[in-house]
Amino acid sequence: MAQTLTHIGQTEPRPAGWRGIAADWSSDQRAFKNVSWGKAMMWIFLLSDTFIFGCFLLSYMTARISTRVPWPNPSEVFALRIGGSDIPLILIAIMTFVLISSSGTMAMAVNFGYRRDRRKTAILMLLTAALGATFVGMQAFEWTKLITEGVRPWGNPWGAAQFGSCFFMITGFHGTHVTIGVIFLIIVARKVWRGDYDVGRRGFFTSRTGRYENVEIMGLYWHFVDLVWVFIFAFFYLW
Amino acid sequence: MAEATANGLGQDALHAAHEAPATRITYTEVHQEHPIKLYLVVWAWLFILSTCSYLVDYFGLHGYLRWSLILIFMILKAGLIVAVFMHMAWERLALAYAIILPPILVLVFVTMMVFEADYTLFTRMAFFGAGP
Repeated sequence: MAQTLTHIGQTEPRPAGWRGIAADWSSDQRAFKNVSWGKAMMWIFLLSDTFIFGCFLLSYMTARISTRVPWPNPSEVFALRIGGSDIPLILIAIMTFVLISSSGTMAMAVNFGYRRDRRKTAILMLLTAALGATFVGMQAFEWTKLITEGVRPWGNPWGAAQFGSCFFMITGFHGTHVTIGVIFLIIVARKVWRGDYDVGRRGFFTSRTGRYENVEIMGLYWHFVDLVWVFIFAFFYLW
Repeated sequence: MAEATANGLGQDALHAAHEAPATRITYTEVHQEHPIKLYLVVWAWLFILSTCSYLVDYFGLHGYLRWSLILIFMILKAGLIVAVFMHMAWERLALAYAIILPPILVLVFVTMMVFEADYTLFTRMAFFGAGP
């Protein structure tokens, strides 16, 4: 699986394990042997984004530990009245399932992309985008509900004032990521549909030839958005 | 094309000059192709784990049981997404360690801020008294 080119047309297997890490990083060529620059750069961008969300969750933790005022109970704050009884956190649970489903369709889109099935890839990507848009819509509903109930970045009716600022900052930034993802999903889906990656048509902005790997790189971003939600769901809504 | 050549463009050109296109099988870049079934299984597991973490809240579990269950389900979900959906399980360790180690080091920052926040709470209690 992992090989590197030594001479023209000759390949040599690369060592695995710790020896492989040392060999790859000290090879004086490129450290990520079998990963294209596009994929490596997406990973490094996602790493930096991890730090951004990490800092948000960290500051939320710090605010929550250091306040004397009790933290509002998210289970009650995010409850929804359905059929006469309050169901705790139900909207957030549905949002979680929607986002996980979109991750599943995205993974399958990547798969069909490498099989060069244009139709299925584009349809699955558009389905992913639709699920992402649904998620953002539900988030907008949630924001509206909380704002009408009196939650502000500087205060809320139930307890610690920092609740509002943490909530709007963390979910707002995540929602922005989802929105950007939906836009790019539609752009990439259009390119797949048109067959850009079959003929290696150049992008209008980067003027680089497109390949089906672009679908996988798009998928990395989308799965990351889902990944961040896993952490937000655990730390902000469930804790 | 030959993405993973030793030093990029120069070698690629050299390459093209010397060899017939048919023998240019020098892809070292790996395309991540796995059976659809694998994705469906992981998808199902993510649903199960999400349901479990929701049920932790639904049944109103408290204290260390609640926190440890939340963390276990969270780590399992994150692991499945990164390993299978993002294909990290099949990448070389040089990439996996470069990407996964730095976020784990954030835990050092977390530890520092736990102490700092405890100290802030302590001073607030000392100067303002217990919460309203």
